[in-house]
Amino acid sequence: MNEKYLPLVATIAVFLALFGIGGALYSHFLSTLVLGDILADNAFIIIAAIGTTFVILSGGIDLSVGSMIGFVGVVIANLDAVGWHPLASAALMLAFGLAFGGLQGLIVDFCEIQPFIVTLAGLFLLRGACFMINLDAVPIHHPFVEAFSSVSVQLPGEGYLRSSALVMLAVLVVAIVIAHFTRFGSNVYAIGGDRVSAALMGVPMRRTTVGIYALGGFYSALGGVVYAFYTSSGYPLAGTGNELTAIASVVLGGTMLTGGVGLVAGTLFGGMILGLIATLINFNGSLNGAWIMISGGVLLFIFIVMQRFLVGSFKFGRTT
Amino acid sequence: MSSAAKTETARRPHLLRAIFSHRAVWPLLALALILVVDGLISPGFFRIRIVEGRLFGNLIDILYRAMPTAVVALGMAVVIGTKGIDLSVGSIIAIVGAVISWRIHADDPHLAILFFALAVGVLCGLWNGFLVAVLDIQPIIATLILMTSGRGVGLLINLIYGGTNPSFTSPLLQGLSVGHVGLVPTRLVVGAAIFAALWLLIRRTALGLFLEAVGGNAAAARLTGVNARAVIFSAYLISGLCAAWAGVVLAADTHTSDPVSIGLYIELDAILAVVIGGGSLSGGRIYLGMTVLGALVIQALTTSILTSGLPPEYNLVVKAFVVIVVLLMQSNNLRTALYGLLPRRAR
Repeated sequence: MNEKYLPLVATIAVFLALFGIGGALYSHFLSTLVLGDILADNAFIIIAAIGTTFVILSGGIDLSVGSMIGFVGVVIANLDAVGWHPLASAALMLAFGLAFGGLQGLIVDFCEIQPFIVTLAGLFLLRGACFMINLDAVPIHHPFVEAFSSVSVQLPGEGYLRSSALVMLAVLVVAIVIAHFTRFGSNVYAIGGDRVSAALMGVPMRRTTVGIYALGGFYSALGGVVYAFYTSSGYPLAGTGNELTAIASVVLGGTMLTGGVGLVAGTLFGGMILGLIATLINFNGSLNGAWIMISGGVLLFIFIVMQRFLVGSFKFGRTT
Repeated sequence: MSSAAKTETARRPHLLRAIFSHRAVWPLLALALILVVDGLISPGFFRIRIVEGRLFGNLIDILYRAMPTAVVALGMAVVIGTKGIDLSVGSIIAIVGAVISWRIHADDPHLAILFFALAVGVLCGLWNGFLVAVLDIQPIIATLILMTSGRGVGLLINLIYGGTNPSFTSPLLQGLSVGHVGLVPTRLVVGAAIFAALWLLIRRTALGLFLEAVGGNAAAARLTGVNARAVIFSAYLISGLCAAWAGVVLAADTHTSDPVSIGLYIELDAILAVVIGGGSLSGGRIYLGMTVLGALVIQALTTSILTSGLPPEYNLVVKAFVVIVVLLMQSNNLRTALYGLLPRRAR
């Protein structure tokens, strides 16, 4: 087997093992109902994490994801209150996400400021903008949002795929095509693998960097749209800390933070692993939120160390 | 840069050029600008009075509130100097607060509790150092582990004796946080001592040289015989200790152990302070004084938003703008581009 699929196989194995543990502990856990719920509940974060995957593949990082999710929701909810159709405000916010991400990419490339700092400023800016628009949670009343939530596809068994999960799977396919079957995708891997070589080989650095962060901004805005529709509300604190969940999903999905190595599909399973842990702890009932944080950290640790020893060899093959 | 622009730059007076290329200029200008605006908005902003035997005034308040962030940022500057980053400082603060509250409820002597708190910092620092130096995991991900789980650990410690956000009192710890020595708040005295100790450590011992060498080029440093592993360990140890001290100050200030919200976003503020102070995330340089200046810029901004009567909701947006402007002005590419836009006469 091609060694680039090893991390993905490991991620899927961990997911199946956790699902199996859940099945052994609780009856009714091994069902498409639980699976469908995990997909629907975590769709927004997985969508955002898909965008983050591109940024991390290029060796960068995007901290503005969580604030973007909150900002998009707040704008959609407040535009709904003045009579906008949710689809119109969603289209506006997707364009905004694209532009905001692109601007971040431009600053990263043109001003040569580290992505960590640029997107940190983005985090503050968007979260602050949420607070300036409205400090309260605003419900979205438009009937379209209700219609959106009621769309679902029956799965074998009692489960069904809800609309948010369907959107997520659709944009995942698009992302896989972009990453693995377009020139832009190859450029992303090239920049992440070795910036200098990529530039020398004629990869258009500025265009690609702007494109990468624009894609990241677009996907996190889409995550925000899905979250706002799924919860039918906009709340200025929504998505706080989700940038870290997104990064953790990407890492658990087998993508290396050094850039250049990883698969977009892995992020789906990385995000589902985190969702599965939260579900397991909720099923238990006697454990509280502290355990979600700790088990997330422990799993991250195990996974990173495993990656380091099992697959780390090919990182060294590349750099030395 | 075009050759024409180069000659233009060369023709400028040397003094002006020296001033504007010095790394302290932009953060100092930012701080001065913020304070001037404050002085214009609220007359008497700079007045310092003595109330109940201690100094009192907006400037003192800025120093007072900036102290925990500044101390964390000093540790962060050392870690960033080794080309690392420590995202876990907020979580370390949460664990320290929980341990303090737990041991006070267990009736330990308060001096011992102070050592427990610092021991937490040492342990966390060693853990991060182990991940980065021994397992060779990238710092941002290595410290992300403690960042995501640390606040959970704090909550669990709170649960040991059944409290949600238990409160506590301790004359010793609160004295270190909100007390005062003579006219000066104790935390400023301790902060100055920490700064002096770190400065001596970094600038007057070989460790500082090794830290910057490892950050500049780890492979080269290793080849010249520097024990890179031990040096990286010591950087995370210093950062852990600094965070632990900030944890003592913050927990004693609020009288509670609140692991969810104590020190929230302090890692971001600390990293910002280092970057505003001219430190590069690509390592190799440690600027302690500039880092404190960076922390002061951030706090001065927050304080002035609060005193100016703007709604506190504006805080984050204004902060983001100032950060962006300070950073953009430090960018050579942008300065050159803006310079090119000026009419020729004005150059």
